[in-house]
Amino acid sequence: MLAVGLTVAGIAIAAMLTLQAFKDNMMFFVEISEVEKGNYPADRNFRVGGLVVEGSVQRAPGELMVAFDLTDLTSKLTVNYAGILPDLFREGQGIVAHGRLNDSGTFVADEVLAKHDENYMPPEVADSLAKAAAAQEAISKSEAAKQ
Amino acid sequence: MIPEVGHFALILALALSICQCALPLLGAHRNDQAMMGVARPAAVGQFVFIAISFGCLTWSFLQSDFSVLYVASHSQLSLPTAYKISAVWGAHEGSLLLWVLLLAGWTVLVCRYSSELPEKFSARVIAVMGGLSFGFLLFTLLTSNPFERLLPAAADGADLNPLLQDPGLAIHPPILYIGYVGFSVAFAFAIAAMISGDLDQKWARWTRPWTTSAWLFLTVGIALGSWWAYYELGWGGWWFWDPVENASFMPWLIGTALIHSLAVTEKRGLFKSWTLLLAISAFSLSLLGTFLVRSGILISVHSFAVDPERGLFILAFLGIVIGGALVLYAWRAPSMDSEAGFRPVSRETFLVLNNVLLVIATALILGGTLAPLFVELLDGSKISVGPPYFEIAFAIPMVPLVLLMAIGMHTAWRNQAPKALVNKLRLPAMVAVVVGILIPLIFYGGTSVMLAVGAIAAIWVMLASVIDPIRSWKRGAGSVALTRGAIGMSVAHFGVGFFVLGVTVVSAFTVEADRSLRIGDRENVAGYEFELRGLKNTTGPNYQALEGEVDIYKDGDFIGQVRPQKRTYLVQKSPMTEAGIDAGWNRDLFVALGDPLGNDAWSVRLQYKPLIRFIWLGAFIMALGGLIAASDRRYRLTATQKESVRIQQGEPA
Amino acid sequence: MLKFVVPLIAFGLLVGVFIKGLDPERDLKKLPSPFLGKEAPHFDLPRLKVPNERISNQAYDGEVAIVNFWATWCVGCRQEHGFLMELSRTSDVPIYGIDWRDQREPALQWLSQRGDPYVASGFDADSVTGINWGVYGAPETFLIGKDGRVLLKHLGPLSRDAWENDFLPAIVAAEGNQP
Repeated sequence: MLAVGLTVAGIAIAAMLTLQAFKDNMMFFVEISEVEKGNYPADRNFRVGGLVVEGSVQRAPGELMVAFDLTDLTSKLTVNYAGILPDLFREGQGIVAHGRLNDSGTFVADEVLAKHDENYMPPEVADSLAKAAAAQEAISKSEAAKQ
Repeated sequence: MIPEVGHFALILALALSICQCALPLLGAHRNDQAMMGVARPAAVGQFVFIAISFGCLTWSFLQSDFSVLYVASHSQLSLPTAYKISAVWGAHEGSLLLWVLLLAGWTVLVCRYSSELPEKFSARVIAVMGGLSFGFLLFTLLTSNPFERLLPAAADGADLNPLLQDPGLAIHPPILYIGYVGFSVAFAFAIAAMISGDLDQKWARWTRPWTTSAWLFLTVGIALGSWWAYYELGWGGWWFWDPVENASFMPWLIGTALIHSLAVTEKRGLFKSWTLLLAISAFSLSLLGTFLVRSGILISVHSFAVDPERGLFILAFLGIVIGGALVLYAWRAPSMDSEAGFRPVSRETFLVLNNVLLVIATALILGGTLAPLFVELLDGSKISVGPPYFEIAFAIPMVPLVLLMAIGMHTAWRNQAPKALVNKLRLPAMVAVVVGILIPLIFYGGTSVMLAVGAIAAIWVMLASVIDPIRSWKRGAGSVALTRGAIGMSVAHFGVGFFVLGVTVVSAFTVEADRSLRIGDRENVAGYEFELRGLKNTTGPNYQALEGEVDIYKDGDFIGQVRPQKRTYLVQKSPMTEAGIDAGWNRDLFVALGDPLGNDAWSVRLQYKPLIRFIWLGAFIMALGGLIAASDRRYRLTATQKESVRIQQGEPA
Repeated sequence: MLKFVVPLIAFGLLVGVFIKGLDPERDLKKLPSPFLGKEAPHFDLPRLKVPNERISNQAYDGEVAIVNFWATWCVGCRQEHGFLMELSRTSDVPIYGIDWRDQREPALQWLSQRGDPYVASGFDADSVTGINWGVYGAPETFLIGKDGRVLLKHLGPLSRDAWENDFLPAIVAAEGNQP
């Protein structure tokens, strides 16, 4: 009986740990426009993706810390990263970053990913860019209609 | 001409595969010798034609025939010859051809080494493998023809992906596929048994060496992939829980469970339905892996990224093959299990736990891999599941497994007196606890619960594995020698411990630092000093590179120089980082060049990785154990049995 | 007894999930173009062959048209080129090209060597148009209706199958007669 009880308890604990591990490490992809509106998970890591804004990459000379802006062509997000950027990172490229938003609204990344080759953009990024552009067009149209 | 010959050879092979599948199956059903006799010649013919086809594709690469679309897409005039050959299997269409070639190869081996199998049984086995071949050949010919022409021909090709231009990655797919495809033999044996309704200890004895051989190749293949990722992907990681990696790991886990389950079925005639299900699952996971990687259903850095039409075809194939096997299982398995008993403390119990824990681990990994798909279908959000989930989910069943492994291998069948077990293992246990806590403390200056648990478990398993071999050796000549099966088991289990030790130590004590260095600067990481001596431009056969010279010192003594490079491949214009590694049996020092930071400074990644080589060495030791076990004499016993029968009947020996 | 059917049922459910996952609507490569059924984004680009002239969606305003994103570095574009040439001869639907993230010289050479199936090509070097259209790989082909709405988005080389099974029916429906 004791053996059965211990086994059940053991399995229950293991299941809880596993579930917790899953929740902790499951990351949502959030569009930059949504981040600007405040719809992002506040206390956990999430993913953002967009194009690196041309001319926005800044680093103090000799320092590893780099800052750059990401955009989905509607909103902008400043990203800080203190590591080595991937080989395919460059301005105008679509990239994905993991991290979280700090109190001053900057996205502190602990990982920056650029995939495949320079002519491939992560699908989530392409989709969110197109959505944002469509939303923007809709807004400008309705404003034009109002006049 | 040659590409057309290759294409035609595949069509011929397809025709043969139909014969190989349909006729022997029918023949076995009707007891028709002639029909069953078609199996072997058809299999050999199929292999010959597929080999011709593969040869034609290889020739097209060697001749740089850019009128073949596949060659134009993955090769280049200046590509080194070795990579022109490995480019054959570097992308979807060619790697499928490799799959099909290896499947035909395994089938021919089964034909050759199945003389002691009953006629009907071997006919069915070869027929099933023919059916599998049919599906893959059809898929290749209909959706993924490697011989498709590109007209007008390109003047030069688009080059092989630079990541693949590497010796490690050149041989990784063939070895991995030998393993994946090899599980089809166990699968075929299972189907044949279910069709006839006979599954006994002899069946298990026949199946074991085939399964162990496939398993050992899979082990080496996965280890090679991990090693390659470590030195080639530039960032010092050796396992990323990427869907493609998981796709290769899951069949390995189930394959391991299968090997152990077969042992029970052979020795005691038990666990028949378990073994059947595991045999079906191992190959099913291989097929599932193929599906995940080639259908585009999951996003992965590795995936071949093809299109959903191909995905549907593979899915249909999967459905028929696995679905059919599981229908047979639901029909036959209930009548198979026998009631022989075993006590709680017995080898059978440990092996049940072994099966259960491995299956749980596989299920958790499968769940994590497919979760993004499920979540997206349910509510549209796009999620990704990070490595820490997999690490925790995998460790949870694995820690108990490793601890139990050491005990299980010394436990007798049917009934084991606990006292004897304790006596045998008491000393190794104590030594493991002491060493497991002290060594990390002394050599690496730290300890933690996870670290202690891992180190203790690793040493515990290693010591437990060598007890019997040492005792046997001490007893010397005149006593019953250990069988190769037993030696193989000890070696393989020792390899597991070795592997766990490597993983534990490197996870706990690895030091990674990104630093900014100018020429002449020194940085201290983990007690080693790294100095950037210089940077210069060099060229390779199809790339240009910036090469750094980094000198490494410890306590003032010069240890070595490494040359990390940042390469730009000329055709695809993609940048690639080649790490500079100072390798040692007990640690690696890893240096990768980053980007220019301005002020003549460069970002550099410096890493100290203790005992990392134990990971791959451990895997190779496991595979060696498998090789030793698979060569055990009892799998060849029937030759001698036939001998004795002939002698008894008065025929010349 | 029943427990032996469990693996089969579990597998069946898994296959069901996979079928849904492969559904072309959901296809990660044919991402739900946010514009499907909606008006296609505007574009205004310099022409590839005549740089001081411009081309925009006004060029095909009021008719059914095909917009094909291509580039010289893209292998799939080589594959579909022959078929595009055939379409330009046999079909009445005009094909407009957008040379995406490419260089002018190689692009001009490509068209002169292989043939030009396009009524005209726009030159989108910095990929702003590509981004607006949600393009993330080449080749991609859009079918635009008479009112400027996006009827279809096809990813990868345009195959005869896709043309006959997807494009033709949509064209017939949009035009009300044979193209």
